[in-house]
Amino acid sequence: MSKTLKTVAIVGAVAASLAAHTTTATAQSKEKCFGVSLAGQNDCAAGPGTTCAGTSTVDYQGNAWTLVDSGTCAEIELPAMADGSARMGSLEELNRDLPG
Amino acid sequence: MPDASHAFPHLPNLPGVGYKPQHFSDILSDASPVGWLEVHAENYMGDGGRPIAQLRVLAERFPISVHGVGLSIGGEGKLDPDHLARLKHLCDWLNPASFSEHLAWSTHDSHFLNDLLPLPYTSDTLARVADHIDEVQSTLGRQMLLENPSSYLAFAESTWSETDFLTEIVRRTGCGLLLDVNNVFVSATNLDYSPQGYIDAYPLDAVGEIHLGGHDEDEDDHGAPLLIDSHGREVVDPVWALLDHTLAKSGPKPLLVEWDTDVPEWSILADEARRAASALTRVLA
Amino acid sequence: MTNQTAFHSGLLNPALPIPEGLEDGRSQPAGRRYGVYRNNVTVSLREALAEGFPSLVGLIGRENFDHVARAYLRQSPPTSPLMMHYGAELPEFVASLEQLKHLPYLADVGRIDVAMRRSYHAADSSGIDVKELQVLDEATLLSTTFCFAPSMILLRSPWPIGSIWHYTMRGGDKPSGTAQDVVILRAEYDPEPFILGPGAGDVLHALQNGVAFGAALEASGDDFDLEPLLNLLMTNNAISHLKH
Repeated sequence: MSKTLKTVAIVGAVAASLAAHTTTATAQSKEKCFGVSLAGQNDCAAGPGTTCAGTSTVDYQGNAWTLVDSGTCAEIELPAMADGSARMGSLEELNRDLPG
Repeated sequence: MPDASHAFPHLPNLPGVGYKPQHFSDILSDASPVGWLEVHAENYMGDGGRPIAQLRVLAERFPISVHGVGLSIGGEGKLDPDHLARLKHLCDWLNPASFSEHLAWSTHDSHFLNDLLPLPYTSDTLARVADHIDEVQSTLGRQMLLENPSSYLAFAESTWSETDFLTEIVRRTGCGLLLDVNNVFVSATNLDYSPQGYIDAYPLDAVGEIHLGGHDEDEDDHGAPLLIDSHGREVVDPVWALLDHTLAKSGPKPLLVEWDTDVPEWSILADEARRAASALTRVLA
Repeated sequence: MTNQTAFHSGLLNPALPIPEGLEDGRSQPAGRRYGVYRNNVTVSLREALAEGFPSLVGLIGRENFDHVARAYLRQSPPTSPLMMHYGAELPEFVASLEQLKHLPYLADVGRIDVAMRRSYHAADSSGIDVKELQVLDEATLLSTTFCFAPSMILLRSPWPIGSIWHYTMRGGDKPSGTAQDVVILRAEYDPEPFILGPGAGDVLHALQNGVAFGAALEASGDDFDLEPLLNLLMTNNAISHLKH
C-alpha cells in the first residue's frame, strides 16, 4: 500500500470508529465475574489445622512430583507451533518423554 | 475522591461484619442489623478499580473499620516504611472510624508469610511492640487498636501474661485494644487456661471493638484439643457465652463478626450479626 | 530463646526441626502445634496462587497446580504484604519446570492471569471521546501520540494464548496453532482479554512506546486492519488522552 493510500485509509478508519462507552463507571455496576476480585485477598484467617500441605517434606526440593493427567491442556492439540515442531497437549505424551 | 472527612468519627455499639465484595449489593439493598463494616487494609492498597470504588460508596453510608493484617507490629525488624506510608494514604483519604492491627508478626527478612505469627511476651518484646505502636500512631495521626492473637503454642521465655503485656502496652502507648473473644477462647483452650479468667484480667476500659469468629477443631500430639482460628463457620455457643461475660463487665461495644473462608451468603452472615445484636440488647436491658 | 529467624526458617522448610523453646500450655514441647503455623503459611499462599491463576489451574488441574504452587511459594515467598501482587513471577517459574516443558504455552497463558489482576487494581482513567481524534486535521492526526489507560496490558506470544485462555476459562472452540497477541482492557471495572488481529500487536506496541500514530501505522503490514483495533480501544476506554 502506498503512503497516500494508507493515510486515506487511516483517516477513514478514524472517521468510522465507534464512540467510547458513554456510561459512567459506577461501583454499583454488576461484577461480571468474581474470579479477579477474590484473587489475592489478604485476610486474617488460619488454615486447616496441622494435617496438610505445610508439614509435608516430600516435595520440599520442589521437583519431586509427577504430573498427573488432568486439566484442559490434555484436550488441547497445537499441531504447528511457532518452533515448527508438532506439539501435543496430552499428558500421556509427556510422561513418556520425562527422564525416569 | 469524595471527601470522607465529615463521616463517622467512631464505631457505633452495634454489630458489624467483615466486608466481602460478593456481598456488596446485598449490603446496599438491606444491611440490617449491620451498622458498620470492617475491611482488611491491604485489599484497598491498589491504585484503583472496583475495590476502591466500592469502598468509597460504602464509606458514605457506613462507619468503616480499617483492620490491617500485614504491618508486622510484633516483628523483630523495623516496620516497613512503604507499608506504613500505604496505611497512612488509606487512612488519610478514607478517614475510617477505627484503625486496628495485630499483636503478631508476619514479615521477616523481607519475606511476608501471610500469617499472624506469635511472639514471646518479655520486657524486650514489650519495648519493641510499644515503639512500633508509637511509630504507627504518630505516622497515622490517630489512635490504633491492638488485637490479641489466637495462640497455638507458648514460648518458654515469656515472662509476662498476655493480659499484663497488653495492659502495659496500653499504658505506655495510649493505644486502644481490639478484644477478639474467639481468639481468647481458642488460646485459652489451646494453652490450658480459663477464658473467663483472661477476660477478668483484661483491661476492658481500653476496648474499642470486639471480634467474634468461628474456629475449627483439631488436636495436638497428646490428643489435647487444638482449636484453629479459621473464620470459616458460625461462632460457637461457648464463645457467645464468653461475649456475654465480657459485655456484662465492659458494657456495650462495637461487635464484629468475622467470616473469611468459605464465605456464606449474606443472610447467614446477617443471622450472626442478629445474634450479636441480641447480646448487645441483653447488656442494655 | 526463640528468635524470629529460627521460627521463620522452619515455616517454609518442614525438613528443619521444630524451633526450641516452644511449648504447649503445660510446658511440654510444642510438637505439631508448630505445624499449625507451617500449614497456615503454606496453605494460605497456595490458595492465593490458585485463586490468582484460574487458567493455569484449569489447564493442568488443581492437583498438578498445587505441586507447582508449593514449590514456588517455598522458593519465592511474597516480598510484600499486598497479596494482590503475589505470584507475578510464577509464569517464569512454570517455564522452568521439567514436568511442564511439553506445554510451552503455559507460562504465557499464566501471564494473562497476572495481567488480569494487575488490570483489576490499576488506577482508574476515562477514555477519550472519539471526536477528539475525528476533529484533527490529517497532519496533526498522524503526528499524535496516545496515552493509554493504566489498566491496558499488551501480551505478545508465539502461542495462541488468547484462545487457550478462553477455551479453559469459558469453554468454546479448541485453540488452533497460531501465534496470538492479547490485550487486557478494562472498560469500567472488569478486565477482559481480547485477541488482537494480524499486525495489531505491533501497532499497539509501537503506540504504547510513544511512536506517533502515522509512523506506527506506516510500519504495519498489509494484513493489518485499523478499524477493529480503534473500535476495540475506543469502546473499552483504553485511550486516556492524546498528545499533539
